Amino acid sequence: MNKTVNQKAWFLVLPVLILVGFSAVIPLMTVVNYSVQDTFGNNVFFWAGLDWFRDMLESERMWNALGRQLVFSGIILAIEVPLGIFVALNMPKKGFWASFCLVLMSLPLLIPWNVVGTIWQIFGRVDIGLLGYTLAKLGISYNYTQDFIAAWATVIVMDVWHWTSLVALLAYAGLQSIPDAYYQAAKIDQASRWKVFRFIELPKMAGVLMIAILLRFMDSFMIYTEPFVVTGGGPGNATTFLSIDLVKMALGQFDLGPAAAFSLMYFLVILLISWVFYTVMTNLDKREGR
Amino acid sequence: MTDATTSAPGAASIPGDVSAAEPRAQSRRRFRPSGSVVVMTLYLVFLMLPIYWLINMSLKTNTEILGAFSLWPRDLTFANYVKILTDPSWYMGYVNSIIYVTLNTVISIAVALPAAYAFSRYSFMGDKHLFFWLLTNRMAPPAVFALPFFQLYSSVGLFDTHIAVALAHTLFNVPLAVWILEGFMRGVPREIDETAYLDGYSFPKFFVKIFMPLVASGVGVAAFFCFMFSWVELLLSRTLTSVDAKPIAATMTRTVSASGLDWGVLAAAGVLTIVPGALVIWFVRNYIAKGFALGRV
Repeated sequence: MNKTVNQKAWFLVLPVLILVGFSAVIPLMTVVNYSVQDTFGNNVFFWAGLDWFRDMLESERMWNALGRQLVFSGIILAIEVPLGIFVALNMPKKGFWASFCLVLMSLPLLIPWNVVGTIWQIFGRVDIGLLGYTLAKLGISYNYTQDFIAAWATVIVMDVWHWTSLVALLAYAGLQSIPDAYYQAAKIDQASRWKVFRFIELPKMAGVLMIAILLRFMDSFMIYTEPFVVTGGGPGNATTFLSIDLVKMALGQFDLGPAAAFSLMYFLVILLISWVFYTVMTNLDKREGR
Repeated sequence: MTDATTSAPGAASIPGDVSAAEPRAQSRRRFRPSGSVVVMTLYLVFLMLPIYWLINMSLKTNTEILGAFSLWPRDLTFANYVKILTDPSWYMGYVNSIIYVTLNTVISIAVALPAAYAFSRYSFMGDKHLFFWLLTNRMAPPAVFALPFFQLYSSVGLFDTHIAVALAHTLFNVPLAVWILEGFMRGVPREIDETAYLDGYSFPKFFVKIFMPLVASGVGVAAFFCFMFSWVELLLSRTLTSVDAKPIAATMTRTVSASGLDWGVLAAAGVLTIVPGALVIWFVRNYIAKGFALGRV
């Protein structure tokens, strides 16, 4: 990195600073404000200290939502990452068919999230949806609005459908950067397919895969719209993830204090993961010598 | 699932087409080409089936949707699309979405350009912290911001305006644009800047006349991603609007009427939201991984 030191560069960053400051810092301060106060209505607030945080830490509801969230993120990572790598390895390398696959694979990524929910809500319906209808014909009892397993399966398959392409695209970009000479060398050494993957492709993909895993973890950690549209968080609370629970609390019940405390703790987790992400990114940049 | 897969119309034609790509795959002799083709076909069919189903439903009448189960529309109708495109309460949803998404893209790119240049060229006090702070905003859950945004924009009288949604979406789009643009800009050699300054260009003139054309593809990709992420977001746009700036995504919830759910119109509305992304994806296909990875890769 041979960047010139220039403090005047601050002026170039200033617009971003003001704009994001307006749309991030002010709202966040509101949240902090609510998290330490209580109210009986009429906009009269009084100091509540760390009570809300204590409440939230003891609240079974939040821990349950967090537990469900972690299980969900864990499952989708366990499916999407290997599947994405597998798809990337099987993609055409160049030419029209490579572009063709890229475009079709990107399509689910560009669909508004509530439409993704709607698509799967329809697709899984036993009366009018292809998936639900087929399963029903096969004699499998499937009802995502009432059955716990079916609801989870639907939400997970939906997420796999929606986001596996992201992992695949990143892995593919990593694969593209491997020079042909590596494969030729492996061929001369008569390396097996597995060894080519293990010692050439995987190390070369490691950086992008790390990005893919972090992005998927982050985005699944704040998933809201898709499961909300499909299951509404149900049956019961079975698919009420962190964001769904938070919106329920903040906008539905207007429990400002607990919701704010919840938000801040949520945000701390995000901050931690962002830091890991940032470290990975900067290391990756350094390794590429940019 | 597999049962459904094989019965989908159009699925049968894909394997034959893809095998045309075999010679290229063989040149490297890393896989049996047929295996790859099968995997890709299965995966693409899995991706396309739900979308196909939506399109299929959008072309049916409600009686057909609820009556006979069919894999393709027997009774082809465009009435659902006609309804959306002629009823203002429907198509205004699209207009509103497009207005705030465009506003957001313009604002995001405009403020991100100089900032990305600064990050890619200079080191200054607190640059790394600032860059990291931007990232945390891209990662911030909209759910955390929904309520404070609602109060903030209500208190300044911007509730239910396009600009409110556009500004709210800058929360994650400005960081995204800065990261993507920075990724592209660092690929431009610094010698170009220095030569331009020696030639007597002022900074604004250099930036617009020389530098912008060099990172044009980056600007295009960043704009595409700003557009996209603003387009797909629902939670904030729904929270910040009620009537005048209501996005199409929120309009879609009103298909529930006294006579039950209007599935055909709902499906048609869904299909129409996919169209903008589908139209431009071809142009950014080679950068899409870079865009999703925030300008890295």
